[in-house]
Amino acid sequence: MALRGNLRDFTVTQLLNLINLAHKTGTLVIEGPTEAAKVAFRDGKLAHAQIGQEDGRLASVLHRSNRLTTGQLRAIQTRAVHVSDKELGLLLINAGYMSQDDILNSLQSYFTDVVRRLFTWVEGSFRFENDMTPPEDRITVRLDLENLIIEGARQLREWEQLQDEIPSLDMALKFIERPGTSMQKMNLSVEEWRVVSYINPRNTIQQIASAAKMSDLEIRRIVYGLLQAGLVEVVRPEGVSVSVDRARPQVTVQNREEQKSLVNRLITRIRSI
Amino acid sequence: MQTVKMVVTGPFSAGKTEFIRSVSEIDVVSTERKVSADGERAVKNATTVAMDFGRITVDEDLVLYLFGTPGQKRFDFMWEILSEGMLGFIVMVDSTRPETFREARSILETFRAYAPTPYVVAANKQDMADAWDIDDMRHALRLDGKVKLLPCVASDKATVKNVLLELLYSILAEMDGGDK
Repeated sequence: MALRGNLRDFTVTQLLNLINLAHKTGTLVIEGPTEAAKVAFRDGKLAHAQIGQEDGRLASVLHRSNRLTTGQLRAIQTRAVHVSDKELGLLLINAGYMSQDDILNSLQSYFTDVVRRLFTWVEGSFRFENDMTPPEDRITVRLDLENLIIEGARQLREWEQLQDEIPSLDMALKFIERPGTSMQKMNLSVEEWRVVSYINPRNTIQQIASAAKMSDLEIRRIVYGLLQAGLVEVVRPEGVSVSVDRARPQVTVQNREEQKSLVNRLITRIRSI
Repeated sequence: MQTVKMVVTGPFSAGKTEFIRSVSEIDVVSTERKVSADGERAVKNATTVAMDFGRITVDEDLVLYLFGTPGQKRFDFMWEILSEGMLGFIVMVDSTRPETFREARSILETFRAYAPTPYVVAANKQDMADAWDIDDMRHALRLDGKVKLLPCVASDKATVKNVLLELLYSILAEMDGGDK
């Protein structure tokens, strides 16, 4: 039956864990705000992954992993348009360009990278298609998910910590005024500078993320870094709820034989309903 | 006259009131009022805000009360009151609403913290086409293999009886375990 839901309720890591534990075969289709991804599994192991419109064909994957030069990639793309990935793999092995392990390692690395990118997706829907398999002409792998799950869990912890530090992206940022501190002399990355350029008490963190085309995780990382460096402060909304600790109730213990008799009477009665 | 109670808990609109209604010998006494939050109104128009309870008379000396808890988090101050002295509890989960699974897990842990009594989890609405598989739900709810996760349709007396019986068997098993 249906295995579908929302990424706000189930993280990608939780889904991988479920697929791993249940030894599932099929394709996890995730539709994010801007693109979709299809990750295929066989018996709970990663078999194939594809994201958005990205060219996931073997030639492109080998080029990304520096196994093929740009010239070789162009030659393959123009002269071997109708050659399937499996055929191309065999040609490259038989011609002595690379070994089967080289090809499989490149594919594993690419598929793993696709899944890693999905860890940052927190918005979108997912569904698991039992009958959907990767395209016939593609080479599949069999990759254990445990390491990916651990990595995803780490990212999840980081995400949770960042959420604790920056609970709402609806808050704004403003620079802390410290005499002698010059932003021009700070050693910031390009991404950090992009965020810094939008900082203004009127802009929410969410608006900055949208303007800088960053995911929630990415903007939280950068804002957290700026906060830790003492460059900015969060303008907090008013109204903080107070949680109240409640004492645990006392549990009364009755005579055990009496209790068993009571439970047996209940069982008899409910059977008779 | 001795009275014992079981608590039926779970997220908003999981089917707790319906569950109790299916086996109670009296009309379920419930305190329902119009829901206020938009998200809740989208699911149903009235919800349990205080508690509801049903009754099963066992014999002249023994009555079982089934208490349903309000599902919304903002009424969780009631949960502890209701959990006092309970024989065991049932966590109702709507199999068709995975967005509530995390909350169900949280409610389960809250009740376990209140009292170390046996419990079962009822996967409600298993007759619906978009219901999750029991095995998938077990993984999603992070339930240990020893925890009973039972298929259920709250309006079907037979499945409700089964859930209650499985809870009672668990209570009995724990008592037997405690004797050893």
